[in-house]
Amino acid sequence: MEFVFLIPLLPLLGATVNGVIGSKLPKRAVGLIACLVMAAAFVVSICTFYKLMLLPATERSVVVSFFSWIASGSFSVDMAFLIDPLSALMILIVTGVGFLIHVYSTGYMHDDKAYWRYMCYLNLFVFFMLMLVLGSNYLVMFLGWEGVGLCSYLLIGFWYEKKSASDAGKKAFVVNRIGDFGFILGLFLLYWSLSDLGAGSLDYKTVFENIHNIDPAILTIIGLLLFVGAAGKSAQVPLYVWLPDAMEGPTPVSALIHAATMVTAGVYMVARNNALYSLIPHVGNIIASVGIFTALFAATMGLVQNDIKKVLAYSTVSQLGYMFAAVGVGAYGAGVFHLMTHAFFKGLMFLGSGSVIHAMGGEQDMRRMGGLHSHMKITSVTFIIGALAIAGMPPFSGFWSKDEILWEAFEKGHFVIWAVGLLTAGMTAFYMFRQVFMTFTGECRADDHTKHHLHESPSSMTIPLIILAILSAVGGIIGIPLFEEGTAAHQFLNPVFSHGEQELHSEAVHGGLELIMMGVSVAVGLTGIFLASLLYYAPMKKYAPSFWRPEAIASSFKGLHRLLFNKYYIDEIYDYLVVNPIKRFCDWCLSFDLGVIDWFVNFAAWATRLTAWASHKFDIYIVDGLVNSMSTLVTYNSSIWRRLQTGYLQNYALVFVVGVLIIIVRVLLG
Amino acid sequence: MALTLTHYLVLSFILFLVGIAGVLLRRNIIIVLMSLELIFNSVNISLAAFSYFLQNLNGTIFVVFSITIAAAEAAIGLAILVAVYRRRQTAYVDELDEMRG
Amino acid sequence: MPAGLNINFYAVMPEILVTALALIVLVLDLFIRKNKAALGWVSVIGLICILPFAAYTNEPYPVFGGTIIADSFSAFFNVIFIIAAIFTILISMDYLRKIGVDRGEYYHIILFATVGMMVMGAANDLINVYVGLELMALSFYILVAYRVKSSRSVEGALKYFVLGALSSGILLYGMSFAYGAAGSTNFMEIAGELGKGDNTYLTLGIILMAVGFGFKIAAVPFHMWSPDVYEGAPTPVTALLSVGSKAAAFAAFLRVFTAAFPAFQADWSSMLWIISAATMIFGAVVAISQRNIVRMLAYSSIAHAGIIMIGLIVFNDTGLAGVAYYLLVYAFMNMGAFTIVALFRNKGRFENIDEYKGLSTTRPLLAFLMALFLLSLAGIPPTGGFAAKFFILSAAIDAKYYWLASIGVVSTAISLFFYAKVIFYMYMKEPDPGAEIAPASGVIYNIVLFCTAVGTVFLGVYPAPFIDMAVKAVRPLLM
Repeated sequence: MEFVFLIPLLPLLGATVNGVIGSKLPKRAVGLIACLVMAAAFVVSICTFYKLMLLPATERSVVVSFFSWIASGSFSVDMAFLIDPLSALMILIVTGVGFLIHVYSTGYMHDDKAYWRYMCYLNLFVFFMLMLVLGSNYLVMFLGWEGVGLCSYLLIGFWYEKKSASDAGKKAFVVNRIGDFGFILGLFLLYWSLSDLGAGSLDYKTVFENIHNIDPAILTIIGLLLFVGAAGKSAQVPLYVWLPDAMEGPTPVSALIHAATMVTAGVYMVARNNALYSLIPHVGNIIASVGIFTALFAATMGLVQNDIKKVLAYSTVSQLGYMFAAVGVGAYGAGVFHLMTHAFFKGLMFLGSGSVIHAMGGEQDMRRMGGLHSHMKITSVTFIIGALAIAGMPPFSGFWSKDEILWEAFEKGHFVIWAVGLLTAGMTAFYMFRQVFMTFTGECRADDHTKHHLHESPSSMTIPLIILAILSAVGGIIGIPLFEEGTAAHQFLNPVFSHGEQELHSEAVHGGLELIMMGVSVAVGLTGIFLASLLYYAPMKKYAPSFWRPEAIASSFKGLHRLLFNKYYIDEIYDYLVVNPIKRFCDWCLSFDLGVIDWFVNFAAWATRLTAWASHKFDIYIVDGLVNSMSTLVTYNSSIWRRLQTGYLQNYALVFVVGVLIIIVRVLLG
Repeated sequence: MALTLTHYLVLSFILFLVGIAGVLLRRNIIIVLMSLELIFNSVNISLAAFSYFLQNLNGTIFVVFSITIAAAEAAIGLAILVAVYRRRQTAYVDELDEMRG
Repeated sequence: MPAGLNINFYAVMPEILVTALALIVLVLDLFIRKNKAALGWVSVIGLICILPFAAYTNEPYPVFGGTIIADSFSAFFNVIFIIAAIFTILISMDYLRKIGVDRGEYYHIILFATVGMMVMGAANDLINVYVGLELMALSFYILVAYRVKSSRSVEGALKYFVLGALSSGILLYGMSFAYGAAGSTNFMEIAGELGKGDNTYLTLGIILMAVGFGFKIAAVPFHMWSPDVYEGAPTPVTALLSVGSKAAAFAAFLRVFTAAFPAFQADWSSMLWIISAATMIFGAVVAISQRNIVRMLAYSSIAHAGIIMIGLIVFNDTGLAGVAYYLLVYAFMNMGAFTIVALFRNKGRFENIDEYKGLSTTRPLLAFLMALFLLSLAGIPPTGGFAAKFFILSAAIDAKYYWLASIGVVSTAISLFFYAKVIFYMYMKEPDPGAEIAPASGVIYNIVLFCTAVGTVFLGVYPAPFIDMAVKAVRPLLM
């Protein structure tokens, strides 16, 4: 445990070395440094995890404090890490998946001229992500929270010469800032209300011990504000708009930041605050509703996308929605479990899509792909494993985690959430296999030049794919309900969620029902796959009825298709409702400045000429001061008061002596 | 009539005010410097008077230090006056207003 | 003298060593005829060697008949003074050559000024405070006049001299009243005698002494000298004046008011309240309309003095520690800003803020560092300036001085205007075509800039150990 500081420090070291001297080093060395620090961090994480497992289950919550970070009056924050099952699982995911993606990046980004800069950012991102999950108080978490946002912005806009990339970076930054604003307001409110109780602290432990004393109304506001932060970071409605655009970044970045780790920070945060949210179940309901709505909403948009990465982006938003639905209904274990399996299979699919894009020479439109299976077998097979996992086919990992979420929702009586979740699962299976069929099967629709160059990716890219495919396939094991007390994952995570999670479903009666539910969700998934295959899989197409063809559907539901294809016009609506009004307001201010203020100034000049007996300047300054408000007032005062400084020594002495006299009179008489 | 502490303090206060008035009103730098000396000496009177009437030597010691420092101060003041006169050919404070605002 | 004479030279070792160094430099000046910068190096190396002695904390008991006290408080301030003196001497060597008065006495006068500051920090007796203050002030009168070829320098020196002598006369008058009322010049005895004597004399003494210290820290309305003197003086001297002299005056201010007059805290804190508020607002507001960068920094330093005074008014351990910490941070950030000004300012060029136009394209690194120092002065996180302001203002809020804290925040907000103006000129404006390019920084400047920048950032990112030190430093004052 004492070496836990190495986990974030190693990536920081890598980022520093690559950032400072990376441009002078050969690419091989840069890649080696970046990967080595990640591998080392992963090893330390495993050791930490192992040591944690050695402790008895009730004692698995260790705070390692390094130094007092900020201390001012009664307010003090330590730089300290909290190691418990939740953070241990998170560091394993972050360093493990992160390591694989670093290795993959050495192949994928090999020809980029700013290779060192990329590696530096990626390491830095991992550092901040680890601070986020390891911190034992809100401030350390916030440090990581802001840091990952910064790295995300830097990496989305990595190819900043491309306007769309830098625009997407800015959009991500601005939208995240809205969320962060909510988050920090929530923290202020939390600290403030705890200070009133005499327990002003940002330490998780102290906070959770005292939180039940806070007025529930204030607690509700805190919970909602924190959720605004989570919604921004984890791309939930209505703040999801940045994530699809974030696909402008390099594909490994999409895999690491915008699928596996950073976007799940919101889920982690809500899970970490389970003690808070369990006190305010109505906020949990709001979170679950927002989550499941996001899941459905994003899935519908995913149905019609043609960009290979956009499909994955919408599916990420949708899967994050599932996780929020889970943590919202109080099934924190299920949510975190889905977070983990999602990191495996979505990381895998993004890397797979990156491999495809690499082979296609940068082409991302699935309409120009097809038949890639024969050219790149490893990519194709691993991608299909990922698709099966996300579609919820047993025995792949996604099945166990998704099913657990649906089951818990059902069991806790949230039937609407269950039903929508099931529908979304069907859609997920549909669009994922639409993607598989369009990309890997059928005739290749690329031009001859691209076709000629089709090749499997280098081993630095395929090996991470294979490892992630294995994890996606078997990662669900810990979620199989073998034990009476629930799954292995539950057993492990339970101590963290002891405040939050309602008692477990161990009654045998439910066993049969649970099996039926599993059957239903598998059937729904299979239906989705079947429908997709009728539309897009060549050997199946001939069995499809005439109304079930892509063109036929598109033409008979023209309006709906256009709505989905244009992503509900959400960006346009935001432009109309938010961006344009602000622009118009700015224009209005400008015209106000030009018209009204200038008019006032002109009027003032005219009035001054007219009233020759009055002191000219006085009038201008008064009128000017009225219209230009504070800043002019200050500047005006400034120029008036500076005249006190006449330059004459004896005036200075006079001010001095008068000052002394005033003070003496004030003190002796007053 | 015996001289009491108050007599000395009033004398010191009057000299102090004369000194302040000199600094505030006289234009010639040399007279300003002399007025400053007057201020210091008025304080010395007050210190010495306190020392005598309190039967405590600290004040007398203070006066010795104060006179020494005032001498050093006068030397530096005159040196600066010479520098000013060389540079500006004037010994009047109201002609030194190059810096203001 | 109840404490007995108690002669202990270890207690005043730093002061003795710096005095000895000054005398060595004075003598060496006679032998080194050409390369006077060598004297600067001797002084710098000597000061660096003395620094560990100065930082060493003696047992906090009065020595020399109770006139001197060498405790963690004086050690903390000794470090500030010596660091400030080191930086000043380093940037002076090149500067003196530039203005063509490369003379040896400059260095030992700076060292004597430093001794004066150190005596002020360690004094436990009115006589010692006065002697230290005069030693510092007399040295500064000479240093301000050091650009003898410039009419502004001598004008500034005369203004500083006349007003400074006036203020020390008033301070001395205040001391005489305090002595008369309490019957002693020793702080502890004064504190012990309180209530027995005539309190009108004592109140008068307290007011007049506050005026004397207020002059040295440039508090409104006793600030009038500072813009003119700052502008006229050689820039390194200005830097030392704004950092060292202010810190020394605050050290003595704190010591006198906490050790000798704690019982009158209610009286003097309401008086200082008004001075502090006026200083914060006046300094920030008038700085806005300044075109000369040194005058701008002078008014900014007035505003800072007002904010630092909050800590004294609050008068609890966090407030006083805030003063000490603020002055430490201020030593780094203000020294850094003045180093860049000293580097550029030459023969009437780079006097005005608009001459910093487009500096980011011609001297990107220097522009960045200048921006860093200015942002720190403005109190933007993650710099030391932010930590210091935060510390002092939160102490004020804790002690329920809400109005004072709000005025501090308003002053900080206003001050952002003029700091940002410089940054705006450096980064948003194109340089004038044909304008002379700003000089590059040499090795010595780079060392100073590096140290000050590292200090500025480090004190902001990881303030905890230094705040701890500041808290320890002020502990003897509250005993």
